[in-house]
Amino acid sequence: MVPLSWYIGLSAIVFTIGMIGFIIRRNIIIMLMSIELMLNAVNISLVAFSHYLQDFRGQIFVIFIITVAAAEAAIGLAILVALFKNKSAVHTDEIMEMKG
Amino acid sequence: MLPILFFLYHAVVIIALSIVIITRRNPVHSVLWMLVLFFHIAGLYLFLNAEFLAAVQVILYAGAILVLFLFVIMMLNIKHELNADLSIGEWPIGVAIGLSVMTLTVLGIGKFVPGPMGQASIEAVKAETHTKAIGRVLYMDYLFPFELASIILLIAIVGAIVLAKKEKASDR
Repeated sequence: MVPLSWYIGLSAIVFTIGMIGFIIRRNIIIMLMSIELMLNAVNISLVAFSHYLQDFRGQIFVIFIITVAAAEAAIGLAILVALFKNKSAVHTDEIMEMKG
Repeated sequence: MLPILFFLYHAVVIIALSIVIITRRNPVHSVLWMLVLFFHIAGLYLFLNAEFLAAVQVILYAGAILVLFLFVIMMLNIKHELNADLSIGEWPIGVAIGLSVMTLTVLGIGKFVPGPMGQASIEAVKAETHTKAIGRVLYMDYLFPFELASIILLIAIVGAIVLAKKEKASDR
């Protein structure tokens, strides 16, 4: 039997890798993919909790998270398309209109 | 022994692929590695007796969201991307912040105290089948959040079309 803490540890490590990717990368597409990585890390821990505590609420939450992730990816990529049409830049440090 | 080996294989592959994903220069490679990652996460869900979620993971993430990413990557200039800088100049600070958060989280795991057990024991779920059991909870106890999720999806559809459509000259 795999202990619950291993799953939480795996989830924490993957979440952190996603966070590092979001902070250090310049490409907005990779940053959006890092967000998906973080959401998946949270899903792993929720499903593990749901299994070990024998309660369905964790899995219900995962379904809602997947819904929100799909909506977020669609909106984020649409923003990216609009940005690329107007500025033809996908790097965060090349976009600084709002910098004072 | 076998369950531990199964978990360790998936854990090692998931962590390695996450690192691979955030370090690739070519975004297409990142997306393809992410496909492999999602299949491994689905395998982990199967291991946790969540077969409905494993199917949803493969169909929705691997099938829909990654295809969306690939469509958008087609629009950007890969040649330019391959010669551009990989990360921002201050990347060691970002890695340091991430590693400190990871240390804090992993140190906190030992303090976790599990709450009371729920009703969905493995035998009860097995008798009812997983999809039916999850559907019963979703449609009876969580009907209102379920309807709200449909509104979120509607907003996403409308927002994506409004943001990405071409502006007509007469609109300006």
